Amino acid sequence: MKNKLIRLAKPLTFIACLILLWQILYWLKIWPKWLFPSPADVWLTLVKGFANHTFIWGILISLKRIFIGFGVSIIIGTLLGFLIAKIKLLRETVDPIILGLQTLPSICWLPLALLWFGLNEKAIIFVVLMGTVLSLTISVKGAVLNIPPILINAGKMLGADGLNLYRYILIPAILPSYLTGLKHGWSFAWRSLMSGEMLFISVGLGQLLMFGRELNDMAQVMAVMLVIIVIGVIFDQLIFGKIEKNLRAKWGL
Amino acid sequence: MKLQINNINKSFAGSNNGQSAVEALKNVNLTVAEGEFVCLVGPSGCGKSTLLNIIAGLTAASSGQIDCSGRLGFMFQEPTLFPWLKVKDNIGFGLKILKRSKEKINEVVDYFLELTHLSNFKEAYPHELSGGMKQRVALARTLALKPDILLMDEPFAALDAQTREMLYKELQEIWQFSKKTVIFVTHNVREAVVLGDRVLVFTARPGQIKKEFKINLPRPRDINDIEVTKISNAINQELKTEVAEAVKELEHYEK
Ligand SMILES: Nc1ncnc2c1ncn2[C@@H]1O[C@H](COP(=O)(O)OP(=O)(O)OP(=O)(O)O)[C@@H](O)[C@H]1O
Ligand SMILES: [Mg+2]
Repeated sequence: MKNKLIRLAKPLTFIACLILLWQILYWLKIWPKWLFPSPADVWLTLVKGFANHTFIWGILISLKRIFIGFGVSIIIGTLLGFLIAKIKLLRETVDPIILGLQTLPSICWLPLALLWFGLNEKAIIFVVLMGTVLSLTISVKGAVLNIPPILINAGKMLGADGLNLYRYILIPAILPSYLTGLKHGWSFAWRSLMSGEMLFISVGLGQLLMFGRELNDMAQVMAVMLVIIVIGVIFDQLIFGKIEKNLRAKWGL
Repeated sequence: MKLQINNINKSFAGSNNGQSAVEALKNVNLTVAEGEFVCLVGPSGCGKSTLLNIIAGLTAASSGQIDCSGRLGFMFQEPTLFPWLKVKDNIGFGLKILKRSKEKINEVVDYFLELTHLSNFKEAYPHELSGGMKQRVALARTLALKPDILLMDEPFAALDAQTREMLYKELQEIWQFSKKTVIFVTHNVREAVVLGDRVLVFTARPGQIKKEFKINLPRPRDINDIEVTKISNAINQELKTEVAEAVKELEHYEK
């Protein structure tokens, strides 16, 4: 506990300094107040947003979308990754296409999604899916191809074949890179979702951000940005980061 | 369990940068009796690992056949412990796949932990072990499935002399009371003489059996024993010309 506090002391002090700097810049009145709110303004907007539940709903709706989009991506990406790694024909046909599509920023799928699904949830989830599934596929494929053949042979000699080989060797063997892939996938999904939500009318954090702009309410813009950052950090560092770190320690990586 | 190898040939297709095919094994014939300990020595790259892989069914031979009934165990040249499993789960891996009961698995695992002097490391992960301990776990993991034939590919090559000698002793004891058929590949001629009933010398690539030495010394044998030294010298003499051959070929390859 004490160690943790000491470890956190540096970044926390640094953040405090940044806020102080922010406050000083605000006092210097270089920019007009409506373009550059004070830390206190942003804090009050945050408190208000949570008190009147708009932020809470925004968060919940955005999280629901990302869970669905990311969840479906995990299933499709993992299966596709394994298939491409294991079937040479797919490696020669599907793989190059996936590598090509992956270069397309996910928000470019939005017009297509709007035409296919209309202005609704499905369109935005589709954008999240397209932003995530390809990178997951590529990382699972890479992880499977990178399993040392000798480990697979060792498994075979100990009687693992067919499905057992997947269950007891291939899947555990890719776990560290899989988790890294999931972590990246999550951040792709989060970015795709935010850009999607900003571009078309839909409740959610992205829209709250756009509202701030439309109302010329810089404090709201900054408050929502803070919420988006905090959620990103929670998932990236605290959830995926922690699991990944524990696993790597266990493996001695 | 008897093992018969008839006329095995193996060539690897050349890689795509215009290399010609590599002939790894040529007309290998070998009969190993039940309970026999056979050692293979030969220059690097002569096809010893390839032969074991073919016996194990991990590589297909280009021609020839293998006759063997019974369960095979394989200890590989490279470390192959599963990094995601604790020592005890590595040892119990094969039994788990066979869906043995938890109690049964624990019993067998404990027995082999004891046998390989690893009881204190039961709960450790492979990366927490020294090289010698890892190889002992690998040995225990292979033995836990009670294989009839044990294929060992330079299992102790990466270890220091002291650890190695200790493992020779352990392996000899295990072999003497379990009476397994063993095929043991090594670069170390003395190691071969200490462990084997027979030592087979391979030629440079393509590997063929060049000469066979029967070792009729009483067990357990000591690596510093004068008789062991004598036989080792004779085998080394035989090997020297082949190693020179292999080196020549490598130099040629580099150009
Ligand atoms: N998968 C493969 N593809 C192509 N060539 C291979 C392959 N495996 C082995 N070879 C070649 O076959 C020959 C024999 O290799 P092998 O690994 O059996 O040698 P070895 O006798 O075990 O050598 P060492 O004592 O160094 O382990 C080598 O020339 C090697 O380059
Ligand atoms: Mg070898």
